[in-house]
Amino acid sequence: MAVLRMRDALREALREEMRRNPKIFLMGEDIGKYGGSYAVTAGLLEEFGEERVRDTPIAESVIVGAGIGAAMAGYHPMVELMTINFSFLALDQIVNNAAKLLYMSNGQINVPLVIRMASGGGSQLGATHSHSLEGLYAHFPGLKVVCPAFPADAKGLLKRAFRDQNTVIFIEHTANYGLRGEVPDDPDFLIEFGQANIVREGRDVTIVGYSGSVHQALRAAEILAEQEEVEAEVIDLRTLRPLDIATVVESVKKTNRCVVVEDDWKFGGFAGEIAALVMEHAFDWLDAPVARVCSKDVPMPYNRTLEYAALPSEEDVVDAVLAMF
Amino acid sequence: MTTRTTTPEVLERIGRERLLDFLYQMVFLRRFEERAGELYTKGKIRGFLHLYTGQEACAVGSISVLRPEDRVVSHYRDHGHAIVKGVDPKTVMAELFGKATGCAGGRGGSMHLFDVQKNFLGGYAIVAGHMPIAVGLALAAKMSGEDWIAMCIFGDGSIAEGEFHESLNLAALWKVPVLWFCENNLYGMGVHLKESLVTDITKLAAAYEIPAVKVDGMDVVAVHEATREAVEYVRREKRPYFIEAETYRYRGHSMADPELYRVKEEVEQARKRDCIERLRRQLEEVGWLDEAGFHAINERAEAEVEACVQFAEESPEPGIETLYDHVLKGDPHGRPTNA
Repeated sequence: MAVLRMRDALREALREEMRRNPKIFLMGEDIGKYGGSYAVTAGLLEEFGEERVRDTPIAESVIVGAGIGAAMAGYHPMVELMTINFSFLALDQIVNNAAKLLYMSNGQINVPLVIRMASGGGSQLGATHSHSLEGLYAHFPGLKVVCPAFPADAKGLLKRAFRDQNTVIFIEHTANYGLRGEVPDDPDFLIEFGQANIVREGRDVTIVGYSGSVHQALRAAEILAEQEEVEAEVIDLRTLRPLDIATVVESVKKTNRCVVVEDDWKFGGFAGEIAALVMEHAFDWLDAPVARVCSKDVPMPYNRTLEYAALPSEEDVVDAVLAMF
Repeated sequence: MTTRTTTPEVLERIGRERLLDFLYQMVFLRRFEERAGELYTKGKIRGFLHLYTGQEACAVGSISVLRPEDRVVSHYRDHGHAIVKGVDPKTVMAELFGKATGCAGGRGGSMHLFDVQKNFLGGYAIVAGHMPIAVGLALAAKMSGEDWIAMCIFGDGSIAEGEFHESLNLAALWKVPVLWFCENNLYGMGVHLKESLVTDITKLAAAYEIPAVKVDGMDVVAVHEATREAVEYVRREKRPYFIEAETYRYRGHSMADPELYRVKEEVEQARKRDCIERLRRQLEEVGWLDEAGFHAINERAEAEVEACVQFAEESPEPGIETLYDHVLKGDPHGRPTNA
């Protein structure tokens, strides 16, 4: 075990997997000489060379499409799109090709590809650079969507992504890159997809989050315990597709209350999916409607005060929980 | 356009047997597509159906140059490309019928044919959406040190798409072995190329420092000769090459096209350049074919097409129980949750 920042844990995963499998190579904007916009790939060019760590033009569609093509021909590429905001320029490749080739070809062509991107607001980058659209990708059959909240999970899940035969959308919250945590150094350390993690046990309410929102949920749980004598159970989903709803349902059957926290907008977002699933599978156990704590329904403002008001906060989570009692 | 005169020497080099095979393949594709059009009007084939009639010399002249291990990706007017690449036409017709024996198990349809065994890696129905994939295939060929190349077939309608430019640039920048093959049939659906492109197609390729030639896409010998030179270059230099084949589609864009954008005379003019008639004449002139010979070719093609139709008719539908198969590899059901 070593204490690593999340960006270092991600880099460890890439390094170990590239050493293990010569068919893995990396492509992306500024991932080589620059070391990656969030420094995840720093030093990998020096270790693996230009053939396997490829700086690309700013051309998201061809980067992802080339990743798909190389994956079809026996490689396991990782494409870094810098941020989720830029992934829209590659949306057709992801949605129409990566996600569907296996089905359309009747199982003949699979696309083992990892597409990494950063997401989240809170850095005063304005409306075009602050999206949290993990749920968008979780909408499509044929993709897997991973969004870790902790360094160890980041490593174990990213390594697991390179053992998958399908396209994995791997989304990292910008606020988490500097987060420290204990990370196993066992090269076979993998975290299976579709396994949520109970990161705090409690009896009174279930708070569900992923990626950045897990940390709001944990801070809210502390406030609730210290000031309100409410013991919240906090669940980190870790992967949105496949989704471990069973762990959530089991928890709700114990706590009888559920709050979903998400950085995305509430309307049409993934929190609504969780709420619907909880209703379908634990309706009789609920003492209150499932609550959603999400971003306000506005494009993200630049101004610091306005941005803080637009994003879900731990106070919003506390308020949502207290409203249930 | 590079003027290519089909001299007896050129015919001699390709050889009688091969040229007769080209003729057979073109006649076969013509009959196949005409029959598919009929079956569409009878409701046996549904969805969108884009017929290839008029353009047969492009597929036959070019893909015939490739080796089995070379990878081909194509657009949605893809029946001809799949068949010439070696996909069993029975399984192509069955795919149009949506049957379980189709080359995509009835999951793809006319626009999404696949046969990995034949290295036909797909028809792609989003315009220019397969061009980035071709770059990745060619990159894999280069990185692996293997000798195969990628061929990407697209229409003139792709040229204004961003992915065309992204793909040509990256292929040239990274020097990967891809043959760009543009079937310029003058129309992106109903919009004439003159109304959608400000420059000449091959000039764009040249701007990305990719060697480019124009060829008469209604002349199978000319297409074959141009592609032979192109493929030699791509395989030897491990770099992209660009062919623009000037061709024409006789039928509408799809079966739903009332063709309000062109006059009948234009289609009649194009038919005077017909690829089948042209090769037939060339072969007759050198004494390698007579009327009885052509008749026999046509009869054989018709019988083969009927065998395809019969196969498709008699094939089973995919079972409802297979609905969730192949959503995810290694996951038999592919469900999103464990609920």
